[in-house]
Formats: sequence, structure tokens, C-alpha cells
Amino acid sequence: MEIYELSVHELLEKLDKNEITKEEILSSYQNRINEKENDVQAFITITDTEAKEQFEKEKNNPSKLAGIPIAIKDNICTKGVKTTCASKMLENFVSPYNATVTEKLNEAGIISLGKLNMDEFAMGGSTEHSYVKKTKNPWNLNKVPGGSSGGSAAAVAAGMVPWALGSDTGGSIRQPASFCGIVGLKPTYGLVSRYGLVAFASSLDQIGTLTKDVKDSALLLNVIAGHDEKDTTSVNKPKEDYLQVLTNNVKGLKIGVPIEYFGEGINNEVKDSINQVIEKYRELGATVENCSLNVAEYALATYYIIACAEASSNLGRFDGIRYGYRTQNYQNLKDIYRNSRSEGFGAEVKRRIILGTYVLSSGYYDAYYKKAQQVRTLVKKEFAKNFAKYDVILTPTSSNVAFDLGSKINDPLEMYLADLCTVPVNIAGLPGISVPCGLNSEGMPIGFQLIGKPFDEAIILNAAYTYEQNTDFKTNKPQFKN
Amino acid sequence: MQVSKEEILHIAKLANLNLKEEEVETYMGHLEEILNFANVVNQAPIDGLEETIGANVAYNVFRKDEMIQSFDREELLQNAKETQEGMFKIPKVIN
Repeated sequence: MEIYELSVHELLEKLDKNEITKEEILSSYQNRINEKENDVQAFITITDTEAKEQFEKEKNNPSKLAGIPIAIKDNICTKGVKTTCASKMLENFVSPYNATVTEKLNEAGIISLGKLNMDEFAMGGSTEHSYVKKTKNPWNLNKVPGGSSGGSAAAVAAGMVPWALGSDTGGSIRQPASFCGIVGLKPTYGLVSRYGLVAFASSLDQIGTLTKDVKDSALLLNVIAGHDEKDTTSVNKPKEDYLQVLTNNVKGLKIGVPIEYFGEGINNEVKDSINQVIEKYRELGATVENCSLNVAEYALATYYIIACAEASSNLGRFDGIRYGYRTQNYQNLKDIYRNSRSEGFGAEVKRRIILGTYVLSSGYYDAYYKKAQQVRTLVKKEFAKNFAKYDVILTPTSSNVAFDLGSKINDPLEMYLADLCTVPVNIAGLPGISVPCGLNSEGMPIGFQLIGKPFDEAIILNAAYTYEQNTDFKTNKPQFKN
Repeated sequence: MQVSKEEILHIAKLANLNLKEEEVETYMGHLEEILNFANVVNQAPIDGLEETIGANVAYNVFRKDEMIQSFDREELLQNAKETQEGMFKIPKVIN
């Protein structure tokens, strides 16, 4: 077993037994980046020198995670290192401050190896909307890694970093995790500070983890969770230890499986794989029942209305004045605004700004935006009804496995439909985790999703952990097929 | 749901975006398609339901009114294309 194949808790065990050194860990990952980045294209910025300098400083930090590498999605601000959001608009942007999560990683002595590729401003499900490059899926280099945290998922799957941070507005952590055969956790809205996360849709965005296994998700969540007065939506509640809750026991756990996510549009191999997960949970002593979450279609439409509306407002700040791309072609202030935005934003971002502006414009506000906000209440109620009966809800993470690069890029609606299973979670602000559960006949990973009540990370993490401990997906390794 | 060319140009203007002729066509098509899909919200059983604004319960968050260390002005200006005397510079707006 190579060092870069180990999960972080395994690295920590080996460090404890003096079987490896922190220097060896760092160089193993840096070498792996050198070896695989050409194929995978996961990074926008590689911070080789900065990482080595930071490592020298942190070597003697008593934190047990000091010296462990990570990489960060490029919409999370890192002082002194570019934060581009994979956009021409922010191609040269260097944040004057750190995101709160970046500060927390620094305090723990965790070393950033760089910034990871994504769909521009996190808008997309394949990372093909990046202005910078197209990231490839490590299981098959002709397939997308998913998105928008595609660089994060691909880097972890390829062993270029042991774990990564991503952000999830409608599935952007869970779907790429599922496509790349790793674990992706989107925490409850408000558990992790969004300060320093470049805003896409503020009422839906949440920072979370992409890791090789569930225990690492718990470990990294312990680092990044917590109240932050710089984010007024961050919730002030006592800190939990998410490692302690991993008991490898789901006896008596009540799992609901909404029939709406097993119907048309869900691939048969995915369904078969999820059915095996259900059987496994029964074997392990959980009770699994069909239930109904009768909001699937409404939720997806609502998501695109709300997310685009918020995006059109949030992205209004990019005007070529204080930061970001500025056009060279202008006579007056209005020209700077319009030309900078028109030249700086990519096609998908413009599409969503237009849709968002449309649904917020007078005459359409009541028909779309107001209705969507009401549907949001409906979605929350539907979840609450189910959570009165069940501890967790189980669905596929995505309706299918990773698709071919280029195959959906010209059909935005089809790309949007792929978010069917993940968006309701963001609309209701719930925690969700994607766990790998098998490979399809082409050798591409399939993932299932567990959804919990607000702030019930402990329950879904333990349920995910117990499944993982009693199955052996980890024996599969990405093949970098060409 | 029909979206006219005038409408899309009006929306683009509101959003401070210029659209090229071919972009107008593409975005019109996409907007129509997405709006047709999004129309299902009008069939949802939402009569009498309140609007949800955010993900968690909304309450006001206050902080103490006290002096704290702010950002370094030079650092905040480093990403601007044009600055003058510690300020962002823009073209003249008053004739």
C-alpha cells in the first residue's frame, strides 16, 4: 500500500506507530500530483513552494493533523493564493483574507497543496463549465468527474490529496463524490461558516468535505464545523465530536426510502446497486421501509428558480471596479459594468443570471420566485413528515453514473435534471452524505445518499460508516482508463 | 412559455450583460425550455403556505458595537485595476 492510498486516519495511525514520517506523507502526495495531474487536470493552482514553507512552520505544531495535506475548491478564499472560481472574471483575484474554514485548517496545521477546479462559480454538474480546464474522472479519463466540486472529487479519488474541501449548493459535493467513488458530506446549513466562500446562492450554499472514507469525513468535519460571528447564518450550538459517534452499529435505525427516487429516470444498474445497499442495512439490523417524498419534480424546479435568483443578485457585485476582470473597451462607467461582465462571465453563468433576473423581474416575481419560496416550505414539510417516522432517508445520489465528457454540455436542462436527488436536501437545509456502493458494468462508481434531520450529522455519519465497515468498495481502485 | 427577443434584451439590460445576436437566440431557447420545466411550481399544492426565505429559522443577529481591527486598505485595493489616493478609481460620471 502506497502512502497516497491511505486515508487520513490511517496516516495518523502510522504516524503514531512511527511507521512513516510527516515528510514522507507530504512528498508522497506531491509526487503523486506530479505523476497524475497531467491526466486528471484537477488543480487550478498548485502551491508547491508555499506548501513546503508552511510545512516547515507546522512541523512542530502539536495538533495531531499538523502536516497533513489537503486541497481546497477554488471558490474558498485563501489569503495570498489566487481564488479564481474557475472564471475569467476572477482569473487573477487574490483574496485579502482567509475564509473561516481556511483559518481553521491553518490552525490545525493542515497544509494546502493547492486550489481545485470546479464549474465556473460552482454552476454546473460536470466541471466542464470551468474557464480554466476540463477535469477528467480518474476511473475513466473520457468521463466527467461530476461537479461542481469536480476537481476536489477527482483529486481525492486519484490520490493526489488525502481529502479536500468543496461546496454544495444543489449537490456539488455529493454528486462528484458519487461519480468518483469517494465519500462526500454536505453538512446542515449553518453548521460550517460560509465566510470567505464566494457566494453563488447564499440560502443554499454550504461548505463540506470530500474524503476517501466516512471516518475522514467525521475527522475533517470536526475541524471545520462551528459557529462563526462572521457568518450570521452560522448556528451557535455546542461542538460535537463526530468521530465518537461512529459505532459500527445500526440496529434499530429506521430508514425511509422514497419511492419517487426509484422511478423513471433512475438508471437500472443504479437501482440494483441501491437495492443491495437496502438489503445490507436490513442484514445489519436496520428497518428499511418505502416512503413518499412527493416533491421531487417541484423541488428541482424550485431549486433552479431560487438558486438562479440568488445568483443573479450575488453576482451583481462583479462590475470591474473593485476586483475581477475589467474590460479594456469602455468610454464610461456603464460600459465598464456591461463589457466587463459580458467578457468575464462564461455561458452557463450568464444563462443563470438571465434566468435569475427574469424570475425576479416585475411581472414574473409572483409566478416563479414567490411560488418557489412557497414550494420550499412544502419541501421542508414533506421532509419533516418523513422524519417523524424515520431517522434517515436513503436515495441514489445521482440518477446515473459519470457521463462522457461533452455529452451534455449543450443541453442545460438535461444537465439540471441530473440533480434530482440532491437538490431537495439544500432546499430544506439538511445534511446529506454520498457513499460509494458499487461499480456499474463499465466499471464506473455508483453512490447512495443518506439524508438526516437538521444537525443530525452524527446519525448519517454513523449509518454511512456502518455500511462502509461491512462492505468492501474500497478494494476497487480507479484505473485511469483512457 | 414564450420569451420574446425584446424580453430577453430587456432582461440582459437589467443584468448588465450584452448579448451577441447568436447568444440572444440560444438564451431565448434555453430560457423557454427551462421556464416550461420550472412552471411545475405552479401546480404544486402550496395554497396557504408561507414563503420560506432561508434554510433555517430567521432571527436577527446582532454584534456588539465596538472598535475592531479592520482590513489593511492597501490589501483591499490590490485587486482593483485603477486606484488613486487609496480609493477605487472610475471614469467620470458627472459632466
